[in-house]
Amino acid sequence: MMHKLTKAPLALNGLGRCFNTEKHWSAVKIIRRGLVCAQHEGDSGKNEVYDVIISGGGMVGSAMACSLGMDPNLTGKKILLLEAGKKKVMDKVPDAYSTRVSSISPGSATLLSGIGAWEQISQMRCKPYKKMQVWDACSDALITFDKENLQDEMAYIVENDIIVAAITKQLEGLSDNVQVKYRSKVVKYTWPMPHQAADSIPWVQVTLANGETLQTKLLIGADGPNSMVRQELGIPTVKWNYDQSAVVAVLHLSEPTENNVAWQRFLPTGPIAMLPLSDTESSLVWSTSHQIAEGLLELDEESFVDAINSAFWSNENQSELIETAGSLFRGALSAIMPSAGSPRQLPPSVAGIGPKTRVMFPLGMGHASEYIRHRVALIGDAAHRVHPLAGQGANLGFGDVACLTQLLSQAAFNGKDLGAIQHLLEYETERQRHNLPMMAAIDLMKRLYSTNAAPVVLLRTFGLQATNMLPALKEQIMAFASK
Amino acid sequence: MYSNKFSRLMLGLCCRKSSAVCGVVRSGFSWTTVCQQRTLWLQRNDFLEMEKHTVLRQTGLAKPPGARSVSQTTVDPSELRRFQSLASKWWDEQGEFAALHAMNDLRVPFIRDNLLNVHRARHPGKPLAGLRILDVGCGGGLLTEPLGRLGATVLGIDPVENSIGTAQLHSSYDPDLRDQVSYQACTLEELSAEEEGGEQEQGAAQFDAVVASEVVEHLADLETFAFCCSNVLKPGGSLFITTINKTNLSYALGIIVAEQILRIVPNGTHDWEKFISPEELERLLESNGFSVQSVQGMLYNPLSGAWSWTNSTAINYALHAVRLKDAAEDSSPHPEDHAAAAHS
Repeated sequence: MMHKLTKAPLALNGLGRCFNTEKHWSAVKIIRRGLVCAQHEGDSGKNEVYDVIISGGGMVGSAMACSLGMDPNLTGKKILLLEAGKKKVMDKVPDAYSTRVSSISPGSATLLSGIGAWEQISQMRCKPYKKMQVWDACSDALITFDKENLQDEMAYIVENDIIVAAITKQLEGLSDNVQVKYRSKVVKYTWPMPHQAADSIPWVQVTLANGETLQTKLLIGADGPNSMVRQELGIPTVKWNYDQSAVVAVLHLSEPTENNVAWQRFLPTGPIAMLPLSDTESSLVWSTSHQIAEGLLELDEESFVDAINSAFWSNENQSELIETAGSLFRGALSAIMPSAGSPRQLPPSVAGIGPKTRVMFPLGMGHASEYIRHRVALIGDAAHRVHPLAGQGANLGFGDVACLTQLLSQAAFNGKDLGAIQHLLEYETERQRHNLPMMAAIDLMKRLYSTNAAPVVLLRTFGLQATNMLPALKEQIMAFASK
Repeated sequence: MYSNKFSRLMLGLCCRKSSAVCGVVRSGFSWTTVCQQRTLWLQRNDFLEMEKHTVLRQTGLAKPPGARSVSQTTVDPSELRRFQSLASKWWDEQGEFAALHAMNDLRVPFIRDNLLNVHRARHPGKPLAGLRILDVGCGGGLLTEPLGRLGATVLGIDPVENSIGTAQLHSSYDPDLRDQVSYQACTLEELSAEEEGGEQEQGAAQFDAVVASEVVEHLADLETFAFCCSNVLKPGGSLFITTINKTNLSYALGIIVAEQILRIVPNGTHDWEKFISPEELERLLESNGFSVQSVQGMLYNPLSGAWSWTNSTAINYALHAVRLKDAAEDSSPHPEDHAAAAHS
């Protein structure tokens, strides 16, 4: 045994470092073991090993913490949520609506009701919509989506603040299972070696700004589009900026309506969407060039309202040729399938905007080529960021939460190390299989509608009209988007 | 280039340093962890080499009570040497033992669910809490750790000290496992003999379940193995075995394809002559006071690297048997255990 130890380094002739360390392993293990035991005894108070640390307590991160904390198979696991901001409690719903809203699909609502947050959200404030109308400013070609003649909700418009507040409240009730550190800033992550090596701690180490060092078997990065976890891991990201900004605002409608339709019109400069908040208020998401967006922010209120109304109503982008071709094609289609399709409706007109609600932010799209590494998983915007035109950003994130919770629960029930690569790979495969087509579709829509060149307009006009006539296809699209 | 050389140098230095204090730390550590096996362990410290070790096992053990003799070992010395050389590779999930890592997806639920059928207590998050399990031939602890995480108190034994060292070190990092799993470098016969000795003092030394996964195909004497399993199990306790059938197909796939062509398993791991068919194993166990509850075929897909259950036991299979209440058993009877066992 002894002579083997001294001979080992000589045998290491460029076989790669991992292999080297492994060879050493059996030799060094005995002394290691002694040291490890000593270290555990000395620092057991300070260097706790968590089962899961979630970095980032936004909508997706806090839902992840809550969802793991409530899973029966994960009972007794040590879960920690790190959030840089302060605790956001909401004793009373504020009178004014917030400008940052999310479209919550039935799938996401199921997840939120599973963690008990949905009940609170519906008590506080949310607005279901039953229909969605998407139409083209260049041709009036339109497509509508609805659920079985307006019986069911298609999705819900919820303010982000309300979602976070509801989940925060649920987390309070889970204090035995989930620990939350607000106002904690991570300054450094130390990654473990893929195979256990002689001189490394096998867990992810998280160093906080206050000097505290935490260890975890699994780190979940939910720290948004500029994820520090992702950057520190060096995971390559496919991303581009759209050279677009979104202008958001709370809109006051000129008269109360049922307001259960989400409206979106594709202008050559970008899509403009009006999402219902209440009978008299809607939320605006207007994606357009940076220049126009800046101009919109500077307009006085009245001109801004006029600009919105004209963006939804004006015919200035339409040409005679396309109009004629489009109506001929629509006529031909309805001759074949008289019952299909639906007539165009007009959105409600806007009378004013909520005070100080006009904000703009740049848009981009990004996709991490890997969602996982050894003992690390990325969820939500840290893994994928999309254009808001399909209202899918939050839903993709909640989908990640549901999938990862289910896989971790199963892993725990099978006695696995929660950070083991096998079930993390399953998470990556399953989510990329869903997220990538969704992102590609959104990006294609964005590109298809960013032009007013006649051939493209004609093509998309025919495409949209044909799709609108095919209920089976529309159902497929809706089923995919409502997961 | 230079950094590579430098790191090599550093590793070399580390190694020498560790070798200098190695002996001290080793004896200190063994003292604390396995102090109940103190005498045996100290004896063993004097015989570090495996051959001598085997001699000790063959000659040094007292004859166990009962008519049966377990003086000869069930471990084949040439098998032992091979696993020694593999011990450090145990925990590479994508390495030589990838198929064993993947097998946990079947064998852990198999053990868990069969035990839950008998022991109906509900412990959310720790379904196997309160159960004592013996993992025979635990190797690097691939199966021992998951069972420990499920709440069971698991003792892993393996005659290869290198494997036990790997297993002990690996589990020492995880605070959740520190109180759940322990390891001991010994054979089943040694442990069985100890249990016999200790039984008069306390009956708690017996196990609720014995697991021998991918082990029996390496054993020299299955009769003794079955006897020892029965010896360490509580009446009504479960025995779980996974192994390879003795068929032409298992020869073709298990040895020719898996070892020689695809190299899923290290070459020379298996000896087809030692494989055993489920019928033969069942007969052997029944004659040793077990009742076989279920036999299920397992199939490995080398492309996906995953195992699945199958109806055919032609290649790999898993078996669950329950130790019947022995009429000659002198310890107090457990009618409820027996009834529950009959149920499952």
